[in-house]
Amino acid sequence: MGKSLLDKVWQAHSVRELPSGQTQLFIGLHLIHEVTSPQAFQMMREQDLKVAFAQRTFATVDHIIPTDTRQRPYVDSQAEGMMSAIERNCREFGIRFFDGPSGHQGIVHVLGPELGLTQPGMTVACGDSHTSTHGALGAVAFGIGTSQVRDVLASQCLAIQRPRVRRIEIEGKLALGVYAKDVTLHIIRNLGVKGGVGFAYEYAGAVVEHMTMEERMTLCNMSIEGGARLGYVNPDQTTFDYVRGREFAPPAENFERAVAWWRSMASDPDAGYDDTVRLDGERIAPTVTWGINPGQAIGVDEKIPVADSFAPDDREVAEDAYEYMGFKPGAEIRGTRIDVAFIGSCTNGRISDLREAAKVARLGKVKPHVKALVVPGSEAVAKAAEAEGLPEVFRQAGFEWRLPGCSMCLAMNPDKLVGRQVCASSSNRNFKGRQGSPSGRTLLMSPAMVAAAAIEGAVADVRDMLGRK
Amino acid sequence: MADLIPIKKVAGRPIPLRGNDVDTDRIIPARFMKAVTFEGMGRFAFYDVRFDAEGHSKGHIMDDPRFEAKGPRVAIVNKNFGCGSSREHAPQALLRWGIKAIVGESFADIFFGNCVALGIPCVSASEAKVAALMAAVEEDPAHDLVVDLETMTIAYRGKSYAIALPGGSRSQLLDGSWDATRSLLQGADAVRATAARLPYVAGFAKA
Ligand code: SF4
Repeated sequence: MGKSLLDKVWQAHSVRELPSGQTQLFIGLHLIHEVTSPQAFQMMREQDLKVAFAQRTFATVDHIIPTDTRQRPYVDSQAEGMMSAIERNCREFGIRFFDGPSGHQGIVHVLGPELGLTQPGMTVACGDSHTSTHGALGAVAFGIGTSQVRDVLASQCLAIQRPRVRRIEIEGKLALGVYAKDVTLHIIRNLGVKGGVGFAYEYAGAVVEHMTMEERMTLCNMSIEGGARLGYVNPDQTTFDYVRGREFAPPAENFERAVAWWRSMASDPDAGYDDTVRLDGERIAPTVTWGINPGQAIGVDEKIPVADSFAPDDREVAEDAYEYMGFKPGAEIRGTRIDVAFIGSCTNGRISDLREAAKVARLGKVKPHVKALVVPGSEAVAKAAEAEGLPEVFRQAGFEWRLPGCSMCLAMNPDKLVGRQVCASSSNRNFKGRQGSPSGRTLLMSPAMVAAAAIEGAVADVRDMLGRK
Repeated sequence: MADLIPIKKVAGRPIPLRGNDVDTDRIIPARFMKAVTFEGMGRFAFYDVRFDAEGHSKGHIMDDPRFEAKGPRVAIVNKNFGCGSSREHAPQALLRWGIKAIVGESFADIFFGNCVALGIPCVSASEAKVAALMAAVEEDPAHDLVVDLETMTIAYRGKSYAIALPGGSRSQLLDGSWDATRSLLQGADAVRATAARLPYVAGFAKA
């Protein structure tokens, strides 16, 4: 039997088996940000530890930064404190920091691939659950906690149990108006928010093979929402073409050697899997969440499911969702009035996402009662968008064009929902209170669907706008 | 470096925290993470579930006088507890509120690992056992619940229940190596050898 990419990467990065039975796994790329790293540096100082491989850790700031002005000190003194802490920690421990003046600041999971830091066959770790994003390049990428951030700083390793692998094959072709975001919401809806616990998801099949790198990132990004700590796509020509020429990619003279190794790390055709699931891409519609976890999702032309339709385990959460959202089982999701539209995040804040949203934004104007914002995922995304005139398109349609950051994905900066506002959001979590108001409500959907909702003032079917045949 | 502290047994007053898929945003809302230390996180555990906009108690079980207790606490939870964000602020908040062990039907991967790294055992039991335990506690919460990692049982009011914990994590807790830094640093030579074998570490330069 052949090996999966996970088997090969695990083997190549295994330092040794620990007395506990876990693997000591070498981490090829460590990314840090301002929210989950300061306490790790504090532990480093308290325990008098040195950073083992300082050149393999890179830092950025994304969660707390304001998106209207970068004037220092930040108005929010706590945010300013966190920014100063990461500046000082990077300086004192010799870590490269992609801050504003570097011209590279951005959401950590947009940045890694964009700079060519994330590469196939690598292990990646970051104190952030959406580290699963980096699997799009054929990396094995873990979200970790702060104590583990300390471990990686101190040793460049994690003590970790090998996950099982579930291959998810999505066959067929996606219809017009259906995007990677719809695919991932569809997967989570079908396999559940806890279906992936203990698994790594290997995404495959015609739909995935035809996806661009950025679409694969959206797909892998939300693996964690399905309970899988990591997700990956086997590296192929699309991957190699994406990495080539990026700032931290292997230099041209070594590139072919790199490609040969990357190819060798992909899953063998006869690899064994712990589980395999097949889904039909043709049957995926633009998908919207109606509840309080990303598995509570339906096609935009479906009705909010009734409690009886859920497995016993999910019924109580469904009841909780009806109450929190104020939605009735059996009601249409289409036509649900929205107050805020948010386009951005590490799920859908890349240039291709903004392009798709801009196509829709060109077709109308944001309804006056809707506050709509577009927040690029990184400075590079912002620059690319500017070069194509996208900020103008969005502004003309009535969207605000902001500076890069996590923004209203989790609202640690000033961009927040107010009261029970309903937000059409291209982010990844519709948890209670996620977008900054303890009673705020989030409907997850693709960036094009968010733009459509902004223009209709209510949840709409983007296929109608794009001219359904 | 931290001393090895074996964790064999945790005893404390139980507190049931009901619900499947309780995410870490709920355990600690992001706005309370704007700090560079974990100090004081305990007071924000489950904040929005416990308090209204004016900061008044909504009568959550954590604020119910019947379940008030001093000393260590053991939480009892349902399925997929701690899903979502990787924030260690969540187990830190629970720990600082007093929770030293968690018994549940199942746990999200990252949350589970974060808890082990803090020496908080997250042990699992079947749906029926958790339901029975929650009922027993809600009937009479004024006794210590004992989690015993050596016998892999928990005991409450004279009843004992079998629990499970993956072998690696169990031995880490039992031998005190749950703070993994020490063991990871002991492999420093092997780490350098592994790095040297990986072609990307040298940028795929010709060997
Ligand atoms: S965009 Fe959202 S999910 Fe992504 S890293 Fe930022 S806060 Fe986390």
